Amino acid sequence: MLAFLVKRTANAVFVMLAVAFLAFLIFRSFGDPVEMMVNEQATQAERAELRERLGLNDGFLTQYVRFVTNAVQGDFGISYRNQQDVMVLIGERFPATLELVLVATVISLVVGIPLGVITAIHRDSRLAGMLQLGSIVGVSLPSFVVGILLILAFSVTLGWLPAFGRGETVDIGWWSTGLLTPSGRAALVLPAISLATFQITLVMRLVRAEMLETLRTDYVKFARARGVPRGRVHWVHALRNCLMPVITLTGMQIGNLIAFALVTETVFQWPGMGLLFIQAVTFVDIPVMAAYLLLVSFIFVTLNTMVDVTYAWVDPRLRDDTAEVGGTNG
Amino acid sequence: MTHRTLLLATAAAGILSGPAVAQNVLDWGANRDIGSLDPYSYGDSFTINVLNHVYEGLVRYNRDLEIEPALATSWEILDDQITWRFTLREGVTFHNGNPFTAEDVQASLERVSHETSPLKGNLPAYVSSEVVDDLTIDITLNGTYPLLLNDLTNIHIFDKEWLVENGAELPTDIGAGVEGFATYNANGTGPFIVESRQPDAQTVFTVNPEWWDEPAHNLDGFVLRPVGSPATRVAALLSGEIDFTNDAPVQDLPRLEAAPNVEVLEGVDLRTVMIGFPFRETLVSGEPNPFATKEVREALYKAIDLELLHERVMRGKSRIAGATVAPPIPGYSEDLDTIPAYDPEGARALLDEAGVPEGLEFEFNCLSDGLVNEEQFCQAIASMWSRIGLSPQLDVAPRAVQTPKRTNGNTDIYTLGWATLPMLDSYSPLLQIFHSKEGNSGVFNWGGWSYPELDALVQEAGQELDVETRLDLQNQALRIVKDEYIMLPLHQQPMAWAVTDSVTEMPLFPDNKPRLWFARMNGDS
Repeated sequence: MLAFLVKRTANAVFVMLAVAFLAFLIFRSFGDPVEMMVNEQATQAERAELRERLGLNDGFLTQYVRFVTNAVQGDFGISYRNQQDVMVLIGERFPATLELVLVATVISLVVGIPLGVITAIHRDSRLAGMLQLGSIVGVSLPSFVVGILLILAFSVTLGWLPAFGRGETVDIGWWSTGLLTPSGRAALVLPAISLATFQITLVMRLVRAEMLETLRTDYVKFARARGVPRGRVHWVHALRNCLMPVITLTGMQIGNLIAFALVTETVFQWPGMGLLFIQAVTFVDIPVMAAYLLLVSFIFVTLNTMVDVTYAWVDPRLRDDTAEVGGTNG
Repeated sequence: MTHRTLLLATAAAGILSGPAVAQNVLDWGANRDIGSLDPYSYGDSFTINVLNHVYEGLVRYNRDLEIEPALATSWEILDDQITWRFTLREGVTFHNGNPFTAEDVQASLERVSHETSPLKGNLPAYVSSEVVDDLTIDITLNGTYPLLLNDLTNIHIFDKEWLVENGAELPTDIGAGVEGFATYNANGTGPFIVESRQPDAQTVFTVNPEWWDEPAHNLDGFVLRPVGSPATRVAALLSGEIDFTNDAPVQDLPRLEAAPNVEVLEGVDLRTVMIGFPFRETLVSGEPNPFATKEVREALYKAIDLELLHERVMRGKSRIAGATVAPPIPGYSEDLDTIPAYDPEGARALLDEAGVPEGLEFEFNCLSDGLVNEEQFCQAIASMWSRIGLSPQLDVAPRAVQTPKRTNGNTDIYTLGWATLPMLDSYSPLLQIFHSKEGNSGVFNWGGWSYPELDALVQEAGQELDVETRLDLQNQALRIVKDEYIMLPLHQQPMAWAVTDSVTEMPLFPDNKPRLWFARMNGDS
C-alpha cells in the first residue's frame, strides 16, 4: 500500500511539473507583458530595462526553472497588473469560486437525481420524453448563453435577482462567504443555476441509465412481489444502489466545474479565480496565469489521486503493480 | 409573495426618500476594474483616471479640457528658463488630516520619476525639485519645455509623511517581488475618499467633506463596479443596478436608446485612427518595399472610401478625419483636415507609375482588442485595396501579441489610434509617432521613417515657450505629415456613455474619461 501511495504521489508531482512546463512554453506566444505595463510615453530604453528587470529576456527554460524553484518554496511572485502577491490574489478569489461550484453541485444533485428517477420509472410517458429533450437542450446550450438568458429573464424583465456581482460578503477568518447575507444569497442564484445546467443533465442521464439497469434486477422484482410499495422500491431500494457512480462522478466533476466556472464568472462578473485568470490573459500577467494553471492542475491531480487511492483501498487487486488497470484519469 | 414584495418596496422607497438619509450614491458600471489603488505602478490610463477622484495634480483640466490651477495656485518660469516655480494652495489637507506642503510635491515627483516606475515617461522633462518654503517649490527640467503643465495634470500628489510611515516612497517594483502599501491604501486630497475595495467586485468612494474646492457635484459617494461582459453591463443598466457606464457597447445602443429609463450620451473621441507604412528596404516577405515612395502611399489613401467606412462600418457615428489630430487638440487646423476624393482608378494609375506590380502581397496588422470596430474596418480597407490590384494579408490578433511584431518591424502596414493623451496637444503625436526614432523620440515610429525637416520643427517646438509660435511650428510639422502621407488618418472613433434617469448631469468628455466631480443625481442633497 505504501509503495502504491508513493507511486501515485510521484505521478501527481510529475503531472504538475509537466503542466507548468507546457504553460511556460505557451506563454511565449501570449505576447509581451511590458507593452501592457508601461504607458504610451515610455521610451524604448525604458521598456527594454523593465523587460530585463522582470527576467523576460531569459530563455523560457531559465524562466521555468526559476518559477518552479520559487514555487516549491511557496513564492509565486507578484502580479504584474495588480502588484499583489499572487497567492493572496488567488486566496481572495478562491472562496468565491468554491462557493459557486459547491452550490452548483448541490443544485445539480437535488434537481438531477429526482429527474433521473422520474424519467427512468416513467420512461414511456410524455413527461419523460420532454425531460429527455430538455436535457439535450441543457447539454447543447453554451453556458454563457444560459447566463445571458437568465439575466434577461430574472434581472431585466422581472427584476428579482441581481445581474452581476457577489452581493455583500461576510469574512470568517480568511474565508469570505456570501451565504450569510440576503444579497449574497440572491447574487448566487443565477450564476449557480447557469453553472449547474450542464451538470444537472449529466446527473439526470446517469441516474436514469443506472435506474433502468437496477429496475431489471431480481431483488426489485422480489420486493414488488412481496408487496413493498412501488414508491419505496424505486426511491429507497433501487435509488440507493444507483448512487455510487453518481457520487464518484460528482467528486470528479468538481475539478471540472472549478476550471469551467470561468465562463460563468465572466458573464456574471463573479469575483472568482476564473475571472482573475481571464484578466491575467488579457494583460499577459504571467505570474497569475502560471499560479492559476498550477492550482487547477493541483486540484485535478489531488481529486484523481484520492479516487485512485480509495479504489485501491476498496479493491486490493489494484495495489498489485502488475494488475494496475483501474485508474480514473479523466 | 407579490404583496410582501410590494410592502418591502414601499418601505424601502420610504426610507430612501426620507430627507435624513438621502443618499446620492452613483453606481458606476465600468468595463473593467482598476489595477490597484496605486496610480504609479502600472501604465494604465483608466486606473489613473479613476484615482484622479482621490488624488489630484498640481493642475487639472476643467469642463472644457483647459488647464486650470488645482493644488498649485500659480506658477512662473524663472530666468534660467528651465526652472518652474509653483506656488501651492494653502489650507489643503489629505484625507488623513495631514496638511499639504511642498515636501509632498517633491516626494510625489521623485516617486513617479524613479527608475522603477513604469510611469516615468509621463514626466519626461523632470530633473529635480527644490523645496523653497512650505508652499513654494521649484521644479528643474532638462531644457526649456512648454508642456510641463500638461504633463502635471496626470501626476498625482501623495502625502510624504504617509508614504514614509508606510515604506511606500518608491513605486512597487514587480521585479523585486515585494508588495507595496499604496496598492491597498489611498490617501489623497481629492473630492472622494476610498472607503473600501474588493478587487473585481467593488471599490467604494465616499465624498470628502473637507475638499478645498466648491463641489459642482451633489454625490455622497460612488461605487466603481466593474462589469466586464458587455451584455451583462447593458442588462445591469436596464435593470437599474448601475446608474452609469463609460462603455456602452456600440451594438446595443439602439436597445439602450429605446429603454425608458436610460439615456445614451454619444460623442466623438479625440482618438484619431490612422494607418502606418513600413519605410524599410524590404517587406516582411523579403520583396522590395514600395511604400517608402510617397505616391504609393497616396494611392493607398485614394483607394479607401472613407465615406463608406463612416456609414457602414462605423454606423455613421465616427467623424471622418483628414488631419492626424482631432479638432479640439491645440495645433489642429482646418486646412489640414481635407480628405482626398475616393478614386480607385487614379490610385491604380499612381501605382502603375511607381511600378508596383499587380497582386503585391503585404501584411496588414490589426488588433482584435484595440480600436472601435477595428476588425471590421480593417477587413473593409483590405478589400478596397484588393480592388486596386493589391493583396493585403490581414493579420488580426490581440494587442499583446501584435505590439511586439509592430515594434520589431515584423509587419508591414498597421493601424494606430492616437488621442494625444495625457498631454492633449499635437506635440504628443509629433514627438512620439512622426519624429525619427532616436532617444526618447519616435517611440511609435514603427515604420522607421525620417524627415529631418520635420524633426527640426518638432525639436524647436519642444523648446518654445510662446504658445502661438509653438503651435505654428507644430502646424508646419503636421503639414509635412499630411503632404508626405506619412500616415493616413481615417476617422475619430465614436464613444458612448449611458446613464439611467437617476443621473441628472454627466458631462461627456472627448478624452473618454469620466469626471464624477461634475456629476449630479436627482436625490436632494
